[in-house]
Amino acid sequence: MSAPRHIRTPLGRVRGFGAARSGTGHFWMQRVTAIANIPLTIAAVIIMMMLLGRNQAAVAQILGSAGPAIIMLLFIVSIAIHMRIGMQVIIEDYVHDELTKIGLLIANTFFVIVVGLAAVYGILKLSFGL
Amino acid sequence: MMAETRSLEPHPATERPLSPHLQIYRPMLTMLMSIAHRITGIGLYFGTLLLAWWINAAASPNGYSKFEAFAGSWIGRIILFGYRWALIHHLLGGIRHLIWDTGRGLGPSEREWLAAANLVGSIAITVLLWIVGLLAMGGP
Repeated sequence: MSAPRHIRTPLGRVRGFGAARSGTGHFWMQRVTAIANIPLTIAAVIIMMMLLGRNQAAVAQILGSAGPAIIMLLFIVSIAIHMRIGMQVIIEDYVHDELTKIGLLIANTFFVIVVGLAAVYGILKLSFGL
Repeated sequence: MMAETRSLEPHPATERPLSPHLQIYRPMLTMLMSIAHRITGIGLYFGTLLLAWWINAAASPNGYSKFEAFAGSWIGRIILFGYRWALIHHLLGGIRHLIWDTGRGLGPSEREWLAAANLVGSIAITVLLWIVGLLAMGGP
């Protein structure tokens, strides 16, 4: 047996890393956003139900008012983080060609940022009446 | 000792056992609900396109009438009904997973009960919301 090259323990080396080199950050964030999504989804569904059948002016006015707008912004941000991690797990589970996998992971990030920011822009536009 | 050493030599013709694949197992409710959780997640992922469209359409009367035309069409109704069911199903499924994360509800009868409650609950809530929606819209 040769002497170990460094004095760090095996636990010290893997702590915060693991196979994905990013540790349990995604696992934890997926659960934090899942918990946030429970009240936010219920609130968002109630807002959507309240707006059913109303005309555009009423929808714009209600959706742009402080309470519903802040709830929708929180909902969008929380589901965007949650769905980016979720889709990443799905891609990593089923796509084994390295280049395709990297391409899809980047596309996933782009999709989430574009759709998320477009939805945030829409809410801010209604709120500030731009 | 000799046999063990021999087995370590490379042997290309060796048929190694593979781990059992999905089709080996009899479909079970817990397994189907696990797959449903992932599929509804994928549906909701692309469903955010509808959410972003709806929010941005609300800014102008012209844009909103286009969204309403889609939402009122048969294909639109089916897609939005499916989106709502996926949202409720994934929400309940997520609560189920959070319960499991605490180490609870993993027993044979508990996990069957949770899976059944997930499915029945999601359908019941979706239909209830649909009825409330129809009433709010002033009839079908």
